[in-house]
Amino acid sequence: MNAPVILDRRQMLAGSGALIVSFSLRGAFAEEQGAPAAAAPSPPGSLKTSPYLDAWLRIDADGAITVFTGKAELGQGFKTAFQQIAAEELDVPFASLKVVTADTRLTANEGYTAGSHSMQDSGTAIQHAAAQARALLVAEAAKRLELPAENLRTENGAVIAQDGRRLAYADLVAADMLHVQAQPTSKLKDPATFKVMGQPVPRVDIPAKVTGGVAYVQDMRLPDMVHARLVRPPSYGAELTDCNSSAVEKMPGVVKVVRDGNFLAVLARKEFQAVKAMRALAAAAKWKESARLPKQDDLLALLTTQLKSQDMTILERGNPSAAGRRTIEATYTRPYQSHGSIGPSCAVAQFVDGTVTVWTHTQGVYPDRQAIAEMLRMPPANVRCIHTEGSGCYGHNGADDAAGDAALLAKAMPGVPVKVQWMREQEHGWEPFGPAMATKLKASLDSEGRIADWNFEVWSNTHSMRPGSAGSLLAAQQMAEPFPVPAPKPLPLPEGGGDRNAIPIYTFPNAHVVHHFIPEMPLRISAMRSLGAYHNVFSIESFMDELADLAKADPVEFRLKHLDDPRGREVIEKAAQAFGWHKGQQASQDRGYGFAFARYKNLAAYCAIASEIEVNRETGRPRLVRAVAAVDSGQVVNPDGLTNQIEGAIIQSMSWTLYESVSFDEVRITSIDWQTYPILRFDAVPDTIEVHIINRPGKPFLGSGETGQGPAAASIANAIANATGKRLRNLPLTRKRIKDAIDA
Amino acid sequence: MMTLRVNGYEYEVDAEPDTPLLYVLRDDLKLNAAKYGCGLGQCGACTVMVDGKAVLSCVTPLVLLEGKRVTTLEGLGTVSEPAPIQRAFMEEQAAQCGYCIAGMMMRAQALLQRNPKASDDDIRAELAPHLCRCGTHMRILRAVHRAARLMDTAELSPSDQRGAQ
Repeated sequence: MNAPVILDRRQMLAGSGALIVSFSLRGAFAEEQGAPAAAAPSPPGSLKTSPYLDAWLRIDADGAITVFTGKAELGQGFKTAFQQIAAEELDVPFASLKVVTADTRLTANEGYTAGSHSMQDSGTAIQHAAAQARALLVAEAAKRLELPAENLRTENGAVIAQDGRRLAYADLVAADMLHVQAQPTSKLKDPATFKVMGQPVPRVDIPAKVTGGVAYVQDMRLPDMVHARLVRPPSYGAELTDCNSSAVEKMPGVVKVVRDGNFLAVLARKEFQAVKAMRALAAAAKWKESARLPKQDDLLALLTTQLKSQDMTILERGNPSAAGRRTIEATYTRPYQSHGSIGPSCAVAQFVDGTVTVWTHTQGVYPDRQAIAEMLRMPPANVRCIHTEGSGCYGHNGADDAAGDAALLAKAMPGVPVKVQWMREQEHGWEPFGPAMATKLKASLDSEGRIADWNFEVWSNTHSMRPGSAGSLLAAQQMAEPFPVPAPKPLPLPEGGGDRNAIPIYTFPNAHVVHHFIPEMPLRISAMRSLGAYHNVFSIESFMDELADLAKADPVEFRLKHLDDPRGREVIEKAAQAFGWHKGQQASQDRGYGFAFARYKNLAAYCAIASEIEVNRETGRPRLVRAVAAVDSGQVVNPDGLTNQIEGAIIQSMSWTLYESVSFDEVRITSIDWQTYPILRFDAVPDTIEVHIINRPGKPFLGSGETGQGPAAASIANAIANATGKRLRNLPLTRKRIKDAIDA
Repeated sequence: MMTLRVNGYEYEVDAEPDTPLLYVLRDDLKLNAAKYGCGLGQCGACTVMVDGKAVLSCVTPLVLLEGKRVTTLEGLGTVSEPAPIQRAFMEEQAAQCGYCIAGMMMRAQALLQRNPKASDDDIRAELAPHLCRCGTHMRILRAVHRAARLMDTAELSPSDQRGAQ
């Protein structure tokens, strides 16, 4: 799958005059090369699937160094982190490198930028590729200087001998030196010697973003570009029965009206001309709508009884000697929720000589290319997707759809660059939502207040309807010869989808976990930051507090009593200590303390969050006063970037948890802007958020972009329960629900 | 044709009078900072200054801007010569995706020009019309406080004077 990519790039580089460095097998890995390939373990991270070093690194004869990642910068800041990693392992100055992100012509296929995998997959690949490239350069220098490699060191982009002789990397590279497969192991630097990794290096993208530079696909302007606006159906499945567009076609600046089945768009020279034409076209369009949405106010019944499910037992652990004495049960629900990107989705596409280029803020340039190629009935090689930043997405929002829209419209306007910008109500109404979920928990305590048995059931749709096939794109679903929506599949464990983090990290003698996978999707849904982990961790960690309460135990002590994982224990202890948590603590009037913990996917970063909430008893309005988090994400590359991610996770998860639910009637989605889908504003921002990082030098990177979502939700819910004496189990924990609980 | 004064320069703009300022800035003048977020005045991403006051450019038609002075983030400073508010946001690393940030900065700039001693409560209240989805709020608040200190201590550079128009 990757070979053609590398060929593409190498052809392009040859065309642009850059030199490809050469490699001699008499270099550093000569011995390993002799070993039978089949017996060799695979190299780490994404080197497994894209093993050639020059898929990750290029050193030009003029000394310019480029790092390639197949992942997309979405505002997480990893572009900076990757630059740090490469600079560290190559021993070159940070500023001397350039990072190129996801582009089907230039970079490896790393699938989606999702699941907190960027550091683990791409960061690890870059680290090892850089370390192995450095070893190759040292080996080449050793040969030229006729010195043993171990007598050489590297510094500032050069190999240096003990006698002071110095060979710059630029002088050492020769054609194809890095066109060699990665070895399974690398000689990585000792973390104690790190100069760049572990430092809070400022983000490379922020200066342009705070000075009005070109930073987003929304800022792209190509010569003679036209602006497109869509007229999307007013509801799922609506059919365009009539549309007289003749008046619209005569409007100022209008270049074309494109209709293909239920896909309707207008293109104009100037952007606001396109907006006005879109409004006129929307008024001219007649749609046949149907009542196909479920009742919004009874999601529990919808999920657990009305929709059919496929049931899978995903954990069965038994120990008859542990006997429960006291049993409690609880049911928790989560509504459909929006990604709610501040910038609606956007894409630019251009069709030239049978090839379409799409600039898109997709999370997966290769799967998006596949879907677009299928939709346009073109070979994938004739579609190029270039990741260009958009507004933060937090999962699968309208990005891919907008890319599909732009590609379809570009095909209708050969040669002309087309920019598609979704309107606010289109993003809110058509983005694939985070799925609604329900969980039922039941557990028993033994005579010593320990959990003897644990039962957990979760009902959920899939959590990924991402592209790969055309039927995932709105344009392809709406065109005259539509592509069917692909059949949903549950995402496999250990990462899981609806069952992500459904298996408890705690050690319970008896445990039973069931995933009720619901194939039917009444609302359009897909991946939203942390997938099922948000609700599963909210449920587990709320219920742990309910059980601690039953056991009359301190919530932190109760968690530690059931947790063996030493790194998990350390994270809990750190958050509790930094918060000032102590047994028997009493919050002041109308305030409460809450605690929660999880290890994302049970295999990525650990995160514990303690919080203090104030509840206005008259209005029910909650306010997070302060939150203290501890996180272990293995070897830290950029501590400030990590802190930024955790701070953001806490605030975003607080917004989901306290305010957010998609609303709909029988026909239409009715939450279509920030008035009808309110999110957190500055008046709800806490006084302080502290993030404490437990660094693990030399340990693998553990993805941390999503680890805070679940713990933040449960910590807040537990603090509200502590403040009010009332347990709320249905998300969002709105002011009204809190007030009703207080008054009940 | 209408004359529009933006960041100290005068432009002859050929746009219909009902065109929101946002589209004139982005499409006609090719300025990037003011962002389209909602077109409804609900999110603040499009905020610029008009005669020193924060204005939602997505709901402000061109016809209302005759003779007024528009300032966008581009008018405050550059990467090499950042204005205090820009320096503060860089130093605090006050962005994730950054899409909302330009609008936040313009309202904060207007506030600090009007009230250099703005309290934390003042800043939070002032930023109420603005949404940030990444959850960068703590850093944004810190950056505005830092900007106030920088403005207080730094001599006005030429770029600041441009911004203060």
